[in-house]
Amino acid sequence: MHTRIMPKAEREGFWAFVLFVAPLITGLVVFTVIPIVWGLLLSVNEARGTVALHHFVGLQNYILLFQNEAFLNSLKTILIYGLFIVPGTIAFSLGLAVLITNTRKGQGFFRTVFFMPMACSYVVASLIWRMSLFNGMRFGLVNTVIKFFGVAPVAWTSTAPEVWFPLVTVRLWLQVGFYMIIYIAGIQEIPEELYEAARVDGAERGWVVFRHITFPLLRNTTLFVLFINVVNIFMAFDEFYNILGGTFSTTFNLRLARPPLVYLYTTSFTAQDFGVGSAGAFIVAFCIVISTLLQGRFVGLGRGIR
Amino acid sequence: MNKKYYLQSVLRVVFMGVLSFLFLIPFYIILRNAFATDRMIIGRKWMLWPWPMHILDNLKELFANEDVNIFTGLRNSAFIAVTQTFFQLLFASLAGYALARIPFRWSKQVFAFIIATLMIPYTVTFIPTYIVVAKLQMVNTFAGIILPGLFSTFAAFMYRQFFLDFPIEIEEAGKLEGLGYFGLWSRLALPNARGISIALGVIAFMRSWNAFLWPLVIGQNSSMWTIQVVISVFLTSQTIIIHEIFLGSLVALIPVTVLFFVLQRFIVQGITMSGVKG
Repeated sequence: MHTRIMPKAEREGFWAFVLFVAPLITGLVVFTVIPIVWGLLLSVNEARGTVALHHFVGLQNYILLFQNEAFLNSLKTILIYGLFIVPGTIAFSLGLAVLITNTRKGQGFFRTVFFMPMACSYVVASLIWRMSLFNGMRFGLVNTVIKFFGVAPVAWTSTAPEVWFPLVTVRLWLQVGFYMIIYIAGIQEIPEELYEAARVDGAERGWVVFRHITFPLLRNTTLFVLFINVVNIFMAFDEFYNILGGTFSTTFNLRLARPPLVYLYTTSFTAQDFGVGSAGAFIVAFCIVISTLLQGRFVGLGRGIR
Repeated sequence: MNKKYYLQSVLRVVFMGVLSFLFLIPFYIILRNAFATDRMIIGRKWMLWPWPMHILDNLKELFANEDVNIFTGLRNSAFIAVTQTFFQLLFASLAGYALARIPFRWSKQVFAFIIATLMIPYTVTFIPTYIVVAKLQMVNTFAGIILPGLFSTFAAFMYRQFFLDFPIEIEEAGKLEGLGYFGLWSRLALPNARGISIALGVIAFMRSWNAFLWPLVIGQNSSMWTIQVVISVFLTSQTIIIHEIFLGSLVALIPVTVLFFVLQRFIVQGITMSGVKG
């Protein structure tokens, strides 16, 4: 088999394939594969102020991290954030998608309005949230509104439980439209006959139809949204850094709610400890894998097999 | 029955109207603050709209302020986003075409490798990639900011799916006319992939323009700051001129918003495809 002479067309194909794929594959090897291998090696080395592999320390970096309260707190932070964001995003984007597909007039307008925040960056959104919307002074918009109901101004970005309001709302505002588009596409795939059959059976469009037709048939879409969301939540950085961050040198309010990536950022770039930073990245990766597997368990990925 | 239905749809529109209003508030704030004076913004009561509007004054001030590198930031962002978008599409479409159309013994393995890297989250590669970029002496260079973002496995995957569905008869006609694989790709496949290219391109451009963490880490020198980093630096510094930073943000928001409105149809298509096929 292997010794057979390649026909001319196949030989031409061989080199064409190699040339076509080479740029992408080279890039992936240099900027993804090598980094991961190097990162793994660094995570078992002491590497302060250097990225060279000189001083093997075994699992010490990992052990240090598991004893480090700040790191453990960062994991807790992201867990809390995820508990707000993931169900919030699913409920919100699904709700909007259902409302929009059921509306006759102004569908395009509503879709654009909810989708538009996608054009905005996390940095600019954080600016709006921090300086005007959730400003702790009296001139913040939310403080103006709650004053109307007789509530005293709240220091949104510098007190512990309140800080979740700006953090959660900013991400929901930015990302809900994106998932809404995915849900709208999913809803449009549902055959209209199913709804007609339901109407014949006496069920109007409403909660019953949603529960028995729309939601179950969107199961794959929901799984997709859930998966992407959970993976993304572990990368949260921009809004925490910009809403809570003080100056470049201090970490001001970040202590309130510091997600893993912000912790790793300070460890690696402010403290220049790349060994511990790499170890942290792999612990986070492990958490992502675990939560993905748990998701599969909870939503019952294997249900079809049984 | 009919009356009930009518009432329901009215309620729905009212509810969506209220939600739309809430969703538009941040955009309203950015416009309001951009054309106001700081004293108006931090006044005792919420100022609904700055009157008189300080459009020219504030623009002039922004132009004249040498501390605020808004224009350096815009230039850097434009350069980075255009380069990244172009090469991402080029590399991805080449690879996607080869995977879909060129027979190759290890084609499956190459595809599996691409899918495997597609699954690796950014959090994992972020610090290790910095390490490699540092080893290559590319910290504080545009190459360091741009290069790692040129290789989109997602785009390659989408192109592959698209070319698989592309009618093979057209390409066979091209082959008869003597086109090689490169000719087939550049003359037949790519021109027919305009829709998906625009969709992937505009999403890549927006991602790149709005990216924050990577440019923050690599472009440490203020001459390399992207517009997002510039805004962040002024937001997290102690003294800020509020209307100026909002006007700067407004300027940063304009290119992507224009792109968004002009190409919205393609963006929706792109997301829909990824949702259905991913």
